[in-house]
Amino acid sequence: MSDLPPEVEKLIDQVQYEEAGEFPVERGYVYTSCSSVENGNPLFWDDAVAHDLTGGPIAPPTMISVWFRPHQWSPGRIEPGVPLKSHFDLKEIFDLPEAVMTDNTIVFHEPVRPGDRLRTRQILRSVSGPKTTKLGTGRFWVIEVEYLNQKDELVGVESYTGFGYRRGEA
Amino acid sequence: MTATTTKVTLAAVHVGDALPELAYPVTATTIVLGALAARDWRPMHHDYDFAVNRNGTKDIFMNTPNQAAWFERFLTDWSGPTGRLGRMKFRMKGSVFPGDTMVLAGTVEQVETDETGCGWATVLVRLTVDGELMTDCTARIALPTTDDDNPWTRRGDQWRP
Repeated sequence: MSDLPPEVEKLIDQVQYEEAGEFPVERGYVYTSCSSVENGNPLFWDDAVAHDLTGGPIAPPTMISVWFRPHQWSPGRIEPGVPLKSHFDLKEIFDLPEAVMTDNTIVFHEPVRPGDRLRTRQILRSVSGPKTTKLGTGRFWVIEVEYLNQKDELVGVESYTGFGYRRGEA
Repeated sequence: MTATTTKVTLAAVHVGDALPELAYPVTATTIVLGALAARDWRPMHHDYDFAVNRNGTKDIFMNTPNQAAWFERFLTDWSGPTGRLGRMKFRMKGSVFPGDTMVLAGTVEQVETDETGCGWATVLVRLTVDGELMTDCTARIALPTTDDDNPWTRRGDQWRP
């Protein structure tokens, strides 16, 4: 029998937080990301190569989560924007002040292109019972994020395993 | 530069092949640049005091999307631009901190052609620091099966990552 509170139980496998990215996919971030890891792949730097291989410029596939991370501040926003709200909800529900990500799986579908407006939705897949690691005591949870473009084409599915915890109880 | 830049075809890849190793000295700038490039404003990736006193780690540490970007760079340095990532799964067992020299090493674990004729290599990538495993990553990357093949042209049912 599950030890999960009903408010968490009812969230499992439910679509939450369907939202659009706050800005279109743009090349400035592509260059910054490539620069951060010294990625010289000509697909991202040479339009002729991008035209030949992918029919025009694309973003590095692993940037998929970049496009839905909210601004830290924007007009009218009272609290700093956070991505993956399901994760922060669980921290609050279980009163676990700290959290880290432990596992990440990304499946890449249609390429993401400059100008695309991505939409995402989050689905909580599982929450573990209490666990103790070297960081502290808490719970693991798995959250899936689906990404679609403005044509409703699936561009990727990402799965995160997070560990929310309280220090000092290890 | 042309599309004839490095191009690994499936026939040239065999189980057990080692990818060229990448060693990189990580600085605080590496961590912060990577986090900001990923639009990750969480303080454990730029605020030493928060990382140490709140998260309980020894320093700021590399974030998840930036690790993914390093893995992608490592894989496509090897495959060339015709290599198309289909799937990536990684598990972080430890953190990467400023002052670390991270080493990425990869081995081909599987080579196959799927029902649609798409060629795939499965590569196990290990990110280590001082020989200790920090993250292991299993990536499935599509490679051209012939000189004329281009995995990027695959759409819909012809792309099964």
